[in-house]
Amino acid sequence: MSQTDPPVGPPAHPPRGTGPLAKREARLAWGMLAPTIAAVALVVILPLLAIFWISFKPVELANLRPPEVTVREDVRGKPTAPGDEATLRYRLRNSSQEASIAGVTLRDTLPEGIEIIDGLGDSCAVTGRELFCDFGDWEGGARERLQIKVITAQAFFDGPSPRDSAPIVTGTASNILTNFSFTGENFARIFDSSEFFKVLWVTLFYTVFGTIGALVMGLFAALLLDKSFKGQGILRGLYLFPYVAPVIAVAFAWVLLLDPFSGSINALLVQMGVTDQAINFFGEEPLALIMVTVFEIWRYFPLSFLFILARMQSIDTEMYEAADMDGATPFQQFRYLSLPQLLGILSVLFLLRFIWTFNKFDDIFLLTGGNAGTRTLTVNVYEQAFALSNIGAGAAVAVVIFCCLLLFSVFFFRVMSQEEGL
Amino acid sequence: MKTFHHAYVTGPVLGALWTFVIAVTVSITMSFATGEPFRPTLILALLWGAVIGAAAVHSRMAAGIAALGVAAVGLLGFGPILSGDTVSPFAQIVGHGAMALCAALGMVSIMRNAPKGALTRHEFEEAVIRFLTGFGYIFFTAIVVIPFYVMVMTSLKSQQALLQNPLDFSIDFSKGWGLFRSYEELFRDHGFGIYLLNSFFISVITVVVTLLFAIPGAYAVARLRFKGRAAFARSILLIYMVPMIVLALPIYIAFSTAGLRNTIFGIVLIYPVTTIPVALYMLQGYFRGLPAEIEEAGLMDGLSRLRVIWKITLPLSLPALASVSLYVFMIAWNEFLLAFMLLDDPSKFTLTRGIASLNSSEIPRQHLMAGSVIATVPIMALFLGLERFMTKGLTAGSVKG
Repeated sequence: MSQTDPPVGPPAHPPRGTGPLAKREARLAWGMLAPTIAAVALVVILPLLAIFWISFKPVELANLRPPEVTVREDVRGKPTAPGDEATLRYRLRNSSQEASIAGVTLRDTLPEGIEIIDGLGDSCAVTGRELFCDFGDWEGGARERLQIKVITAQAFFDGPSPRDSAPIVTGTASNILTNFSFTGENFARIFDSSEFFKVLWVTLFYTVFGTIGALVMGLFAALLLDKSFKGQGILRGLYLFPYVAPVIAVAFAWVLLLDPFSGSINALLVQMGVTDQAINFFGEEPLALIMVTVFEIWRYFPLSFLFILARMQSIDTEMYEAADMDGATPFQQFRYLSLPQLLGILSVLFLLRFIWTFNKFDDIFLLTGGNAGTRTLTVNVYEQAFALSNIGAGAAVAVVIFCCLLLFSVFFFRVMSQEEGL
Repeated sequence: MKTFHHAYVTGPVLGALWTFVIAVTVSITMSFATGEPFRPTLILALLWGAVIGAAAVHSRMAAGIAALGVAAVGLLGFGPILSGDTVSPFAQIVGHGAMALCAALGMVSIMRNAPKGALTRHEFEEAVIRFLTGFGYIFFTAIVVIPFYVMVMTSLKSQQALLQNPLDFSIDFSKGWGLFRSYEELFRDHGFGIYLLNSFFISVITVVVTLLFAIPGAYAVARLRFKGRAAFARSILLIYMVPMIVLALPIYIAFSTAGLRNTIFGIVLIYPVTTIPVALYMLQGYFRGLPAEIEEAGLMDGLSRLRVIWKITLPLSLPALASVSLYVFMIAWNEFLLAFMLLDDPSKFTLTRGIASLNSSEIPRQHLMAGSVIATVPIMALFLGLERFMTKGLTAGSVKG
C-alpha cells in the first residue's frame, strides 16, 4: 500500500455565509422554539399590547359586558274562550344606560289562531305568522313597548303557548374595547392625584428595604450554614420553608399571629411588658408598611440565602487557610476575602430581587389589601381596576409599572453582562 | 475598643447579651408550650448573664455553679425570667432549669478558646462570632418555625379557647380525633377534597405542558446555532420579569369575553405559559453544561437531532428535569392571583382560591388555618422528600418570586 499525497488544488477557504447545513439547523431551532414563541406571544405579548390599548380607553368594569337588547314577552287579557280579546305584549330594553345600539330588530313567530286588530304601529309588519319589527337605532337606556291586540280563535287554545317561540332580537352595539375612541384621561387621572406620589413612595420603600433586608438576612443565614455539621441539611431545608409554602397560607398565618385582638404576638408583647396596649400591626399608617416589608424580607431571605450559600461553597478554602496563616482575623477574612467574591452574586441578586419585589402583588394584597398606607403600584392596578371598577385607570397604572420595569431591565442586563458574561 | 479585648470584659458583656437572648427564647417557648405567663427581665437577665459570663471565663466548674445559682434564684423569683404565680412547679423547674443550662452551656462554648487574661483580636473576634452564630441559629429557627407552629396549633383548637388565651397552644390530647374537627368540616362542608384534587390535577398538567414546550425550546437555545439566539435568551429573561398583575387584567377581559373564566381548562391554559420561560431558562443552563461530544457522537452514528435529544440528552438531564418539574409544580400549586381573579365557582376552586374563600368573618379562623395547613403540607412533604432536587432547581434559574 502506498500512501498517496493529498491532491494539490487551490488553497481551501473556510465556507462563507450560511451553508445548507447551517440553514437546516436554524430551521430546526426555530421549529423547536415555535410552540414557545406562539404561547408566549399569545399570553404575554398580546396582553401587553392590550394593556397599552386599554390604558387609553375610557372603560369601566361594567362596560365589559357589551350592551344588548333584552326582551320579555307575555299574553295579557286572560283569554278563556274563542272570540276573547287578548294582548300580546313585548317589552324591550337597552341593557346599558349609556351605550347606544344600532339597528335594533325583533323577529318572532306568532301563535296560531289569532287575528290582529291593532297595535302593530309603524315599525312592525306581519307576513303570514312571522312578526318583524325594525326599531332603528337606540340610545342608552331606551325602552320600547309593543302591544298587539288580537282576537283569539279555537286554534289559539289548542296550540302551544305563545311563549314557546322565543323572540329573536338583533342589534349592533359598538364595543368600547374595540372602537377607536381614545382618551388620555386615565393617565391624567392617575398622575394628577396626590395619591400617586404616595403610592410611588410606598413602592420605593417596600422595594428598596425589602430587597436589601432579604439580601442581608440571606447573607447572615448563609454564613451560619456555610460549615458542615450534623443537622445542617435539616436546617437548610427548614430555612427554605417561608419561600416554599403557599403565600396565602403564610400570609394568613401572619395576619392571625399579629391580630390586634386575639393575636399571639400581641398577647406575648403585653405579657412581657413591652407594650400596654395591643398594637395594630397591619392597620396603622407607618407600621403597616414596615410590617409588609418585614414579611417580604421573611419570605424571600431563603432565596438569597440559597444563592449566596451556593456561591460561598464554591470559594476555594485554601485561600482562607493561607489568610489564617498570615494572621487574618475572622472578620478580616470575611471583609477582604469572602465579600469581594460574593459581590457578583450579591449585585445580580439585588437587581433581580429589586425587580421582583417591585412586581410583587400577592403579599401586600393578602396582608393589608393595600390599606393603611401600603398601596404599592401593583396593588394600585387591582384597586383601580376592580375596587374602583375603572379598568382604564388600572391599565394606565400597569403601563407605568411596565415602563419602570423596562428601565430596570436595561440596567439589569448591563450588570448581568459584566457579571455572568451573558 | 482595646479594653474589650480582655476575657473578664468580653466574657461578662457577651454573657449578658447571650443570657438575655436565652431569656427571651425560653420565655417565648414556655409561653407557647404551656400558655402560662413567662417573661424575661432585662436588668436581671443582663446582671445574671454577666455573672455567668465571668464564671465561664474562669472555669467550667464555676460556670456550672453559676448555672445552679441562676436556676435557684429563678425559682425564687429573681432570675433572668419571671414566671407568674399560676405556673405549675413542674413548668417552673423546666423553664428556669433550661434557662440556666442554655445560658451556661452557651457561654462555655462561646469562650471556649479564650484565655483568662488579655485576648488577641483573633480570640476576641472568634468569641463574638460564636455568640453571633448561636444567636443566628435561634433567631432564624424562631422566625421560621413560629408562624408554621401557630398555623398548625391554631387549626387544632377551638375558637373559644383561642380567644380566651391566644398564647395557649397546648394540645388537649383527651379529645382524640376531635382535635381534627376543623379538617373534617373543611373536607365535608367546604369541598376541600375537590379543591385538593383540582390543585393537584392543574399542577400536574402544568408541569407536563411546561416540559413539552420548554424542553425543545431550551435545547434549541442551548445547542443549535441560529441568528438571534442571544437576543432570544435575553428576551426569555425579560418575559420572566413581566409582573403577573399587568397581564392579569387583559387576561381577565379576554377570558370573560371568551367564556373561559370559571373553567379549569382556562386555568390550565394560562398556568403553563407563566412557567415556560422559567423552565426554559433553567433547562437551557443545564443543557449547556452537558458535554456536546456525546451528542455529536450520536449524530455521527446516524441518529437524527430529535432522536439524539430523546436518546441522549433527556436521559442525561433527568436530575434537571426533576428539579424543573418540582419548581414548576410548586409555582402552580402556590399560584394565587390568577386563581383568585378567574375562578368564582366553588366546584372549580384550587386550594389557594379555596383558602381565600374562607377568609371571612363568619368562618372561624381555625378553619382558615386548617385550610392553610392542607395547602402547605403536600408541597412541604414533596419538598422535604426531594430537597436535593429542589435546592438545585431553585438555584438553577429561579430568582422568581
